[in-house]
Amino acid sequence: MNSKNGRSLIARVDGVTLAFGDRIVLKNCSLDVVEGAITCIIGLSGAGKSTILRLLDGLLLPSEGHIYVLGSDLCHLSEEQVNVMRQKIGLSFQFAALLDSLSVGDNVALPLREHTKLSRTEIRQTVFEALDSVGLAHAYDDLPGELSGGMLKRAGFARAIVTRPALVLYDEPTTGLDPIVSKLITETILKLRAKLNGTAVVISHDLPSIFTMADYIAMLFEGAIIAYDTADRIRNSPNPIVQQFLQGSEAGPIQI
Amino acid sequence: MTNDFFEYAGGVTLLTTESLGFLVRLRVRIAETVSQCALLGVQSLVIVLLTSLFTGMVISLESAQQAVAYGFSSFVGGAVAYAAVRELGPMLTAVVVAGRVGAAIAAEIGSMVVTEQVEALRSMGLEPARFLVVPRLVALLLMLPLLTIFADVVSIVGGMWIAREYAHIPYHEFIQSVRQAIDFSDVVKGLLKTFVFATIIAMVGAYQGLSTRGGAAGVGQSTTFSVVLAIILIFISNFVLSLLLFGGR
Repeated sequence: MNSKNGRSLIARVDGVTLAFGDRIVLKNCSLDVVEGAITCIIGLSGAGKSTILRLLDGLLLPSEGHIYVLGSDLCHLSEEQVNVMRQKIGLSFQFAALLDSLSVGDNVALPLREHTKLSRTEIRQTVFEALDSVGLAHAYDDLPGELSGGMLKRAGFARAIVTRPALVLYDEPTTGLDPIVSKLITETILKLRAKLNGTAVVISHDLPSIFTMADYIAMLFEGAIIAYDTADRIRNSPNPIVQQFLQGSEAGPIQI
Repeated sequence: MTNDFFEYAGGVTLLTTESLGFLVRLRVRIAETVSQCALLGVQSLVIVLLTSLFTGMVISLESAQQAVAYGFSSFVGGAVAYAAVRELGPMLTAVVVAGRVGAAIAAEIGSMVVTEQVEALRSMGLEPARFLVVPRLVALLLMLPLLTIFADVVSIVGGMWIAREYAHIPYHEFIQSVRQAIDFSDVVKGLLKTFVFATIIAMVGAYQGLSTRGGAAGVGQSTTFSVVLAIILIFISNFVLSLLLFGGR
């Protein structure tokens, strides 16, 4: 699967429309996810950014359009086939969504226990490595309720990457964190991308973090991607909507 | 309203079919099921024993004095056992468990929904029905019959003690009356009911939990509704099952 300018794509949102009841969230929305790159999606709160992540993970299906991931159209797969596909996709939730009845180690081990035939020792070693890669090896036996917000997010990252997925989706990884922890999280995402040699899609409002890690940036506005380019070109985009968003200005075409 | 009813009934039916499908294919998480047996079953034992004990005692108290007055004291044990084994044991146990366990299932799964834990399971390619519902369903299918056996025995023993204390009916006469009134098939039919009740409690609680929307308030509504609906369905199904199993005898 290639984009119009020949770049190899790992996923594509193609002409997707999605509504929740009467509220149209996405309208003929298209997005390319370039293989090996970090693509950041920016946009107003409630614009539908997280919805795109859920579409890419097959958690939602569009009412129109197609979602291609790793060469398959998720809209045409059975639930069982989507479950198999999800093993190649890691999703890190905004609030981590760790199972609160399990320890951090057991949370991270869950996909390995359910989908692989690794021995207990191998699973423990793999989980330890995943936790170590996000700086949480010491928290293996802790319960999620005992972790801080930043640690929870990193534990969520460990769970998302433990199966070494081809595509990792991060939903607002730095939201609600102080600048120092936010920087640590950004560095962790970059480190994980290098470690996995994989692809990531990141939803964020944190512009310093976005411009640190993004290879490509897409701006979602009124249900569609209105700008998509490399980080540098988006920074200098002539689009007044993009510029108003980047500058955080009240004056401009975006009316709140 | 009609649409809501059919949507709800269809949703519960689909979830039940999916869960039973995993059960038939033996895709059951054993460790989690054992844990749920302890949580849902063993921890319900005391409350079930207490309600059964006092129910048996009150039936005996009401019937024994009247029976002695009219010279039917040899029927008291039978009356207590008949009511306990065929109706009150299975039904009261189910109602108590629905109040305690049905609420817990709806609240726990509902909380997992609003904190995105259920969505996280799906994102890992895990089926919430197999992961969350099947262990609770199997635990209730195993534990509710056991709890009912305990309830039957305790209510009869309680009734026997009260019959002797308040109506001076000797234990051997009470036991003889029990043996004449009920046979093994009554016990089995009473226990058959519990499998239906267990399925109702587990599936209504689980479906209500998985349908939870709207944060803490939504969890509260799901919990309340699951208990109310499960208890109503237990009463209705108890009538239908009694009609089918005992045929009005």
